[in-house]
Amino acid sequence: MNVVVLVKHVPDPQGTPKLDEGFLVQREGVEGALDPGDEYAVEAGLQIVEREGGEVTLVSMGPEVAMTAIRRGLSMGAHRAVLINDPALRGADVLATARVLTAAIGRQPFDLILSGVDSTDGYTGTLPMAVAELLGVPSATFARKVEVAGGTLRIERQTDLGYDAIECPLPALASVTGSAGEPRYPTLKGIMGAKSKPVEQLSLGDLGLSATDVTPTQRVTGVTPAAEKGSGEVIEAGDDAAARIADFLAEAKVI
Amino acid sequence: MATIWVYAELTPDGPHASTLELLTKARSLGDDVAAVALGPGATAAAPALGEYGAQTVYANDDPVFAEFLTQPAAQALAELVDAYAPDMIMFSTSHDARDVAGRLQAKTGSTLMSNATDVPSLDRAQTQIFGDTVIVDVSLEGPAPKIVLARPKSFAAEPTGGTAEIVTVEVDIPEDLKKARRVERHEETASGPKLEEARVVISGGRGLQEKANFALLDRLAEAIGNAAVGASRAVVDSGWVPYSHQVGQTGKTVKPDVYIAVGISGATQHVVGMKGSRRIVAINKDAQAPIFKLADLGVVGDALTVLPKLIDEINARKG
Repeated sequence: MNVVVLVKHVPDPQGTPKLDEGFLVQREGVEGALDPGDEYAVEAGLQIVEREGGEVTLVSMGPEVAMTAIRRGLSMGAHRAVLINDPALRGADVLATARVLTAAIGRQPFDLILSGVDSTDGYTGTLPMAVAELLGVPSATFARKVEVAGGTLRIERQTDLGYDAIECPLPALASVTGSAGEPRYPTLKGIMGAKSKPVEQLSLGDLGLSATDVTPTQRVTGVTPAAEKGSGEVIEAGDDAAARIADFLAEAKVI
Repeated sequence: MATIWVYAELTPDGPHASTLELLTKARSLGDDVAAVALGPGATAAAPALGEYGAQTVYANDDPVFAEFLTQPAAQALAELVDAYAPDMIMFSTSHDARDVAGRLQAKTGSTLMSNATDVPSLDRAQTQIFGDTVIVDVSLEGPAPKIVLARPKSFAAEPTGGTAEIVTVEVDIPEDLKKARRVERHEETASGPKLEEARVVISGGRGLQEKANFALLDRLAEAIGNAAVGASRAVVDSGWVPYSHQVGQTGKTVKPDVYIAVGISGATQHVVGMKGSRRIVAINKDAQAPIFKLADLGVVGDALTVLPKLIDEINARKG
């Protein structure tokens, strides 16, 4: 069972990213980590190969600093990784990223591709679908539970009202939500072992792609601060806090 | 003459509210507005789609679009694009719409703008980032159709009273695209008003400390009346409440009269789903929590102490 997990390095997921003069998110020279949403996908991938046998390969696109994210995934237990790092990819949009990841995934046999549902820095959320389309494989998104048995992928897909049970023959792609299972914490052994796991670094040319394949189709032309909502009153929770909230609700005519 | 399409989402009761919002916006962008409705209920939805501005509804009632995820719909849409060459296609950010849009982009090589909060013209869109503190202007380039996914409730739906011409979509979905099959639908029972429709939404986060404490929110909702209970992504991921309660980027967008955030810090992911609320109350132990910047009334303190008192106070006032 060859499981590919798409992973992304994002600037400090708890903080606010910074934009550079070209309105792009600053990715180098800033603290960052494996996208927390991707950790669920890594966990799901590891659980599947633990049951079914096989290997987990991480595939990522980003500058050198993305190695931080890759090392995290390898420490959790992934077996190998591919990083596509090329200066021409700075500012790449979703479709360009999908083309690059697809080319990298297609270099070896795969059964299942896993990803998070969206990235913590961009929130676009369409990358997994673009990759599935370019690879020509079926897909199921928003999996809160992922299982593989007898060449079939079974997921519970979150819906507005509950979930849908989905079945799909492999090879396929699935994106997983945070409900899919708590990601394991890397052990000391895992961290030490990660250092000797194979990480292949590739350029666009190595994938048979050129700069014209990754020309962005959209451009940020400006950023402006949104009109700030004036902060209201902040009080300490004393004896009258409940009465103050009740007064507020009464003024709003909801009680 | 600009041609704008809206990818219609169908419910058993007709088009989804977000579809009508998009049709209203589409009318301001082009003089030729159409909806694409695929799956059971497509033809039946045409009058409602027409009423909100679709002059044409490309419809196909084939259950294949409901039974198999994404691929049949993306294929039909791509064939329609080839045949009619629209300038822009608008989608909502629902799971299904987002997936179809993602596949369509890979087929057409178009640009795709996600999370749009406004579309000023055919080649420009806006979004808001960093907890909606920054507006980003984006120039949409590359081949048509421009694909735009708009956040729910970005536009107000207004009927025109028009009627739509129905054009039946002729498409043969290859077997190869019938793989990801929906074998069962499970609906988790919900009581009380819907999150999107309630006058008051009370949402809980990690600050409630444990699952059992969520019952306090139900009791408060009951005391207030016409109130629904929501949740942050963190507590949904932890399994305290089902996903159907999630408010935020990957959950529901709500705009109630009053939003009460309990033990929620105010991460971007959550804020975008509730920032449009008319009035916001926040209760949080951490005085530095970003949620207080949005709150009309902020209470710094332990929700587990404040909530029982508030429930008693409201019940006492109601007699």
